[in-house]
Amino acid sequence: MRGLLQRLQAWAEGRLPALTRYRRSENLPIELHRRRIYIVPTGFGLGFAVLLLVMLVGALNYANNAALLLTCLLGAASATSMLVAFRGLDGLRLAHVRAGHAIAGEPIELTLAFDSSRPRQAIRLDLGHASTAFALDANATANVKLDLPTARRGWQELPRLRVWSSWPLGLFRAWSWLHPDRSVLVWPRPELAGPPPHAVADDARHMRLHQGDELAALRDYRAGDPQRHIAWKASAHHHGLLVKDFEQPQSRPHWQLDWRQLHGMDNEARIARLARWLGEAQAQHRNCSLWLPGTEVPAGNGPLHYARCMNALARLP
Amino acid sequence: MTMPPPRKTAAPPIDDRAFDLLSLTMAAVFALHAPHLPWWLSVALAILLGWRWWQRRQRIGKVPRWLKLPLLALLTLAVIVSYGSIFGRAPGAALAIGLLVLKLLESETSRDARVGIGFACFVLMAALLFDQGLLATSMVALGLLPALATLRALEPAQRPTSLPRALLPSLALLAAALPLTLFAFMLVPRLDSPLWGAPAAGEARTGLSDSMSPGDFTELLIDDHPALRVSFDGAPPAPDLRYFRAYVMWDYDGRRWHYVAARHPAAPAPAEAGSTIGYRISLEPTHRRMLPTLDLPLAAPPQARLQQDREVLADKPVNAPLSYRLRSALRYRLQPTLDARSRRLGLRLPAGFNPRTRALAMRWRQRYGSDDAAIVQAALSLFHDGGFRYTLAPAPLGRDAVDDFLFSTREGFCEHYASAFTVLMRDAGIPARVVTGYQGGYWNRLGNYLLVRNSDAHAWSEVWLAGRGWVRVDPTAAARPQRVTQGAAAAAGDQLAWYRSDWLQGLRNRWDIVNRWWDQGVVGFDSLRQRGLLTPFGIRDTDTATLGVLLAVSSALFIALGMAWALLRRKPGDPLRDALRGIERKLARRGIVRRPGEGPQHYLHRAARALPGQREELAALMKCYLELRYAQDEPPAESLRAFRRAAGNFRVASVVK
Repeated sequence: MRGLLQRLQAWAEGRLPALTRYRRSENLPIELHRRRIYIVPTGFGLGFAVLLLVMLVGALNYANNAALLLTCLLGAASATSMLVAFRGLDGLRLAHVRAGHAIAGEPIELTLAFDSSRPRQAIRLDLGHASTAFALDANATANVKLDLPTARRGWQELPRLRVWSSWPLGLFRAWSWLHPDRSVLVWPRPELAGPPPHAVADDARHMRLHQGDELAALRDYRAGDPQRHIAWKASAHHHGLLVKDFEQPQSRPHWQLDWRQLHGMDNEARIARLARWLGEAQAQHRNCSLWLPGTEVPAGNGPLHYARCMNALARLP
Repeated sequence: MTMPPPRKTAAPPIDDRAFDLLSLTMAAVFALHAPHLPWWLSVALAILLGWRWWQRRQRIGKVPRWLKLPLLALLTLAVIVSYGSIFGRAPGAALAIGLLVLKLLESETSRDARVGIGFACFVLMAALLFDQGLLATSMVALGLLPALATLRALEPAQRPTSLPRALLPSLALLAAALPLTLFAFMLVPRLDSPLWGAPAAGEARTGLSDSMSPGDFTELLIDDHPALRVSFDGAPPAPDLRYFRAYVMWDYDGRRWHYVAARHPAAPAPAEAGSTIGYRISLEPTHRRMLPTLDLPLAAPPQARLQQDREVLADKPVNAPLSYRLRSALRYRLQPTLDARSRRLGLRLPAGFNPRTRALAMRWRQRYGSDDAAIVQAALSLFHDGGFRYTLAPAPLGRDAVDDFLFSTREGFCEHYASAFTVLMRDAGIPARVVTGYQGGYWNRLGNYLLVRNSDAHAWSEVWLAGRGWVRVDPTAAARPQRVTQGAAAAAGDQLAWYRSDWLQGLRNRWDIVNRWWDQGVVGFDSLRQRGLLTPFGIRDTDTATLGVLLAVSSALFIALGMAWALLRRKPGDPLRDALRGIERKLARRGIVRRPGEGPQHYLHRAARALPGQREELAALMKCYLELRYAQDEPPAESLRAFRRAAGNFRVASVVK
């Protein structure tokens, strides 16, 4: 049954230009308007229509005008709810989409920012099998989070999103497709196990503590700070003493991760290994640098550095 | 890598708010039906409903099946025991309301709740089978509020509100739907005849019946539902002329009087009419064919026939409110010459009953000779002076009912008097018959109509006097004149319950005008009235096809209106500029018009020069405007409001030259 419906939908989208018009991706922001909002009754809506019909025939048959009036009232309220359903989506705007980080095979978290000049409730957003619902205040932005499944590393286009609502009575379902022209970068999946990186980096000259370029910041003096760390020049312009703050003492050697060292492997395997090493370096708070064909990331550590390296890996052809 | 197929997960349970509203819906539907359920079933269902609500608040989950199935069996059994069947209006409604409450026991998911709400709407409508009054219909419409609110509450991601506030949007939805409702109601083609089944005759509701024996009216006389409403073309007749004839009864078997409809249509008895009066009667459903008429109708309304004794029988039982126009004579000579067969029928009495009455009649005949009018007068004096009492709770009568009434109990109401009088007349050799109908009524001055209630039911006699034809004689009036001049309630004195006290009754009589409007405009809007819908527009007979077209056109019109509303997008206006425009308009009335291309600063300076008395005010307004306009990107809301208020309060003082 579900397969049949999907085939029917595919056929309809192939035949009806109105349905396919918005299949092409569009630039953000996307605002919903009447030409791209569709409304159909829900299953409950159809059932309710049958019920109304039964009530109508019954009321007419027994010439019960009060019952007929009630039936008309219910029917008119249902028809009005269709307009309310339309109005629930009309004018809704998808302002921008932000993506988190994820390695291939794991879902990536998308944050979609919707705004609207009217308050709205019970708007639902479907992406594949993920679904979420949100409400909006007037002139406010709602950040809606959704997980997008990923398969491969590299740039991945956002799929079509369905925004829909059965507000207010659940009798009608208004929906529209959103296809933002936006891609998200998926990081490579690290290999599970393998050799540690080449020990060339375990060099005595990298064992020094406190490398000059690791000076991180100046901070207020605290009792017990060594005198040679005091930044005398900077302190002259300041109320109190300032102390040069260094990164954690470097206890481990610096890794030089190099694409060229991994010869004799195919590209994806190289990327997977480098990704694993990067992950280990990150876990061990170890300094590392990365050389890739066309890209070079100087030595560093921390989450930003890790993200830079992984992005570079993900972008490899 | 492939996506795993979506797992069928159990639907999540509905939240507390939705369940509360669902319970409220069920409770409302139940409350609307409670009046006609057996009290023990009402109590049981109310307890079950309350218990389920409490249980769901303690712990989310369905009621176990082992509890549900016996309850279902018990419900069916209860309905069968109490009604003898599960079919029909009352048992069907009782079963439906029971099933609805049982549905609440297993309502956990939104799907359950939606099914429950759909069913609740249906059962709500069923409540209207019992009462179509304005009050009942309004209550049922109010019952829709929690139902619609429940459907709203089933949607995800909403702003939290309190329970009473959750009902408000539904009210707004219903109000917005009202115009379309009314149009659809007027234009949905009515059926001339039902598609199936006879419209439910319903339980025997109190009303006039085609037979009468003393004591029958007891129930009727305490039923103050409206029976009919009459509007007259001119002034209403005097209270003692407000006799509405229904059944004319000839047959007496010693205990009961019977009405026998003529098997063959016979010509109505000839009548010479004096003054006549035109009027319209709106009759409440009686489920009988008899149409009451004021005194003596001259002709029958459409779809009805004038019978031999000038009573009016409709072709079909009156199952819905019926309205008909008539013209009647108040002074008349009915059947001036009596044929032999009628004379025989009018004198016939069962043998072997009421010997003392017969003896009394014989004595009168001997005393007054052939003067029938004198005998009638003698009988009326007997009722007036013979120590007779008017009471709604008389002592029971034995086999010789008339003897017992005349010579021992001497208490009763109209039926007793009419029956005894008629027997007395027949024993004396005067043709006589019993007539039942209504007498009196309440004149609603506000609506200019006469409201006749079931409690105004009355019985009297007609005797045939040579040269005068059939003459109405009301023996009750002789015993208790207030019955005729002031109505049944006055006659009953303080025998009535507190809720029929004078002032309350007066209030109800005045309120009746709303009911009348409802009955005429809504309940009585049948296929006949519908066809005349377009008469003001020159179309005399609107057929079904025209109605369908009209319905389609008006629906399209409403949808277009609705779409216009739905598509309405308010342009984000510039409140600052709007406020300035307001000032410009006020100044323009004094001739200070802003020139095209003139900046606000220059303009207001010019205005200040022209109105020196208001220079400070204008300068302050201008400074405020310029600050709001140019000092910030987004002016703070409160200073914006202050400026708009100031601009609104700005008045151009009259210039003193």
